[in-house]
Amino acid sequence: MARKLPRKDVVIVGLGWTGSILAHELTDAGLDVVAIERGPWRDTATDFNVAYAPDELRYAVRKDLFLQPAQEAMTMRNDVSQTALPMRDYGSFLPGTGVGGAGTHWNGHTWRFFPSDFALKTHLTERYGAQRIADLQLQDWGVSYDEMESAFDRFEYLCGISGKAGNLNGAIQQGGNPFEGPRKRDYPLPPMQMTYAPTLFAEAARSKGLHPFPTPSANLSGAYVNPLGIAMGQCTACGFCERFGCANYSKSSAHTTVLPVLMRKSNFEARTECEVLKINLAADGKTATGVTYIDVNGETFEQPADLVLLNAYGLFNVRLMLLSGIGKPYDPASGEGVVGRNYCYQTNASTQVFFEGKHMNPFIAAGALGQSLDDYNGDAFDHGPLDFVGGAGINCIPTNGRPIQYRPVPPGTPRWGSAWKKATKQYYNNTLIFSSQGSSYATRGNYLDLDPTYKDRFGRPLLRVTFDFPDNDIRMSNWVSDRMKEIADALGGKQAVVGKQRKGWNSVPYQSTHNTGGAIMGTDPKTSAVNRHLQAWDVPNVFVIGASAFPQNAGKNPTGPVGALAYWAADAIRNHYLKNPGKLVEA
Amino acid sequence: MKKAALIAGLAAATVFGAKGFASDLFDRIEAGRYQAVLADCSACHTRPGGKPFAGGLPLQTPFGALVPPNITPDPETGIGSWSYADFRNALKTGIGKGGKRLYPAMPYPAYATMKDTDIADLWAYFQKVEPVTNHVVSNQLPFPFSIRASMIGWNWLNFSPKEFQPDPAKSAAWNRGAYLVNGAGHCGTCHTPKSLTGADKSGEFLRGGSLQSWYAPNLTGDPHKGLGSWSTDDIVSYLKTGANRFDIASGPMAEAITQSTSKWDDADLQAVAAYLKDIKSDGTPAPQPLAATDPAMAAGKAIYLDRCSACHNSTGAGQASLFATLAKAPVINSTDPTSLIRVVLQGSQAVATTARPTTPAMPSFGWNLGDADVANVLTYVRNSWGNAAPPVTPGQVKDLRAALKR
Repeated sequence: MARKLPRKDVVIVGLGWTGSILAHELTDAGLDVVAIERGPWRDTATDFNVAYAPDELRYAVRKDLFLQPAQEAMTMRNDVSQTALPMRDYGSFLPGTGVGGAGTHWNGHTWRFFPSDFALKTHLTERYGAQRIADLQLQDWGVSYDEMESAFDRFEYLCGISGKAGNLNGAIQQGGNPFEGPRKRDYPLPPMQMTYAPTLFAEAARSKGLHPFPTPSANLSGAYVNPLGIAMGQCTACGFCERFGCANYSKSSAHTTVLPVLMRKSNFEARTECEVLKINLAADGKTATGVTYIDVNGETFEQPADLVLLNAYGLFNVRLMLLSGIGKPYDPASGEGVVGRNYCYQTNASTQVFFEGKHMNPFIAAGALGQSLDDYNGDAFDHGPLDFVGGAGINCIPTNGRPIQYRPVPPGTPRWGSAWKKATKQYYNNTLIFSSQGSSYATRGNYLDLDPTYKDRFGRPLLRVTFDFPDNDIRMSNWVSDRMKEIADALGGKQAVVGKQRKGWNSVPYQSTHNTGGAIMGTDPKTSAVNRHLQAWDVPNVFVIGASAFPQNAGKNPTGPVGALAYWAADAIRNHYLKNPGKLVEA
Repeated sequence: MKKAALIAGLAAATVFGAKGFASDLFDRIEAGRYQAVLADCSACHTRPGGKPFAGGLPLQTPFGALVPPNITPDPETGIGSWSYADFRNALKTGIGKGGKRLYPAMPYPAYATMKDTDIADLWAYFQKVEPVTNHVVSNQLPFPFSIRASMIGWNWLNFSPKEFQPDPAKSAAWNRGAYLVNGAGHCGTCHTPKSLTGADKSGEFLRGGSLQSWYAPNLTGDPHKGLGSWSTDDIVSYLKTGANRFDIASGPMAEAITQSTSKWDDADLQAVAAYLKDIKSDGTPAPQPLAATDPAMAAGKAIYLDRCSACHNSTGAGQASLFATLAKAPVINSTDPTSLIRVVLQGSQAVATTARPTTPAMPSFGWNLGDADVANVLTYVRNSWGNAAPPVTPGQVKDLRAALKR
């Protein structure tokens, strides 16, 4: 029997990036907010101690900060003909847990999607005809880039993003990304000081007529005080970003940009190591009454609230909706239903170029310190003569030269023994790696639902992921790999190894923690789970915020748009919902 | 029954009637509240998370433990039965109600310089705080210190009550600063070195003192180990926000800033800065730094580059608002390295103030640096980039480590 607690104005499920931003915005609006987070409390001083933070074995190999399958596993398969099996260990992607969420251990690439990405179906249909995208289940976001501009801007200024504008109010800027949408002002900080490998990459790319620019980075190029008054420091390029918490207050995360102010507010409370079991609905099924959660001692509580915000990692937002009966589950056979629809990922490939006599010094690195180019991303180029839609960013971002896992050697090198040792010594400082990060477009068969067989420790069905790379995306990625080959050739070097993505998504090797969709936003309740303000169509006092809202994924890291969506939803709640609680969009 | 109740009522009226001096005027109570902020009464008299002024955590003095009493107007366990005269006497003479001698852990030698009007405001405020029933046994000192009468001798030796006398040759701000530093602010309680009996050493005002395994640094105008290199704005920023462009507060000062100085009027902080800047140093010249070739310096430099430079920078410059500047920092050049050793062993976290909510922290290195490592790295820091101070010995680190475990 759950113990019923006193009512709150707002209950937030998950205290990561979006949960922290929403909590800050809504406490500023005077609401009484509680955030329920299933992982532990973490802060920089205590948990990312500079004396042990760069522990590769603990954090990168043993994955200390990540969700463990014992707490929540998933089942996975490539298509509906297969039987999904539960993961014994997370591999292809690594969901976060704990205060700060996956924003704790990210690299810090902070993008805006292209304006055409937000109206993708309309844009591609107009440019190439409906037939070109007939095999895909593309959708518009229901919100335009122009509407999102100030939300992007606020997230970038919250974080102190270091970069160079490529398009200021329509005027293309030398040295920035000429393909990006217009921004009202430049990044808050200039780009980071560039290291050697990305400099070589950019020179080679420019020699091919391409437009490289410094990757927009949440590793800060200098000291910064954000609009909340929280100070951050200059990144020391230690090379311990991805899979690590930042010990130097120089990588943007909820800890370094929001929580110090949020935790001082008397109308905010965080309950950690408390896992939400479900969102409770009133008898009519159209109003959430709060959530039920279980604490670390196994005691169950009911937390009533007027407003319930799902701010968990996107996959878990979807699972909680399915477990709570919010929205109609998606059925790939009929193509009907909305929750679980349009699950997408990322379509990547990597290139290694082996040199002699270089000093790449890969240990001077940061998660987002590098050069990128968008010439082949999204619809920045003409797909007219091509047999696919979408594209990929090409990025040379050497994130680390860590001793255990960074051992690049050419193909054919023995996996162990003296020849391997000789090769790792020879190539540690002589390898340049760059990669393509490609769009992932929705199909009818890629989706999320509840597994019919496997259950979690509380007896709830696990989430089932059904996914394979669509043929369109494979064609896209392989075409971009050929473009990578051209850059590799321009780089010179002794040997280039250009990877090519293949069908048959494998859930074991790490690929990307960019899982999107499943609770997508849109303008039609028949094809989207939430409206353009991220409000659940069927239960208007529930908002679902995160990458779960992306109708399909672009060739870019999702955190920038996720942060912007947090501000976009917060504005909708503050400016519209609170004044007149109810449906913000009539279907 | 009725009669008994009436008598009891009359008795209560007698007790509460003693408060007649206290004013109900908003202005008076507010002025008194500000005096309580200036004097930082809650630092000692409020337990963390407890009811305001209902008694604090034990103070560990070199003579034993003293527990700050309940000073709410509860008639049984607080000061509800005190008269204004009792209250004034306690602050001015160190003699409480009924002739009870206070110990100078209650800084009455400083409060004695306060003006009567300020004490009266403070009294007005304390009449209006919530009365809390909480019985506190203040005196937990061992014999013979437990004999309160021993304070008669202490006062005779060390205490001559005297109200603050302005210096007409100085500015109004200087005089206000002097009044606050010497009186309500009681800065010397920590920052003036103490004699064997625990009294201020004469002629060494604000030249740095030790307490509770911290060293409260020199606040004189000494350019090397005092505040000579800090501007008025630097001092104000430190007291207002817990940090300035060089330094970030730690230890008991961090508490004093959160509870007291961050809430002072800006004009009062400016006055304090003007006064402190004018206090004469001891006149001793800065020592010569140790040679870089000294074995402790070489060992310390290696540790510094490996463990410290990511935040504090290889030149000791630190990073504004986050990591303290070590180069030419007065606290680094203090003769007594206690606070430096302590911060390396235990770490330290900046306080949150409205102006500076970040609360950056230095982690503890006590668990993975040995006594000699801590000594060497501090010796290096204290003798690099313009710093010069006596070397730190492994013995000092060992002793403090042991003291902190107690």
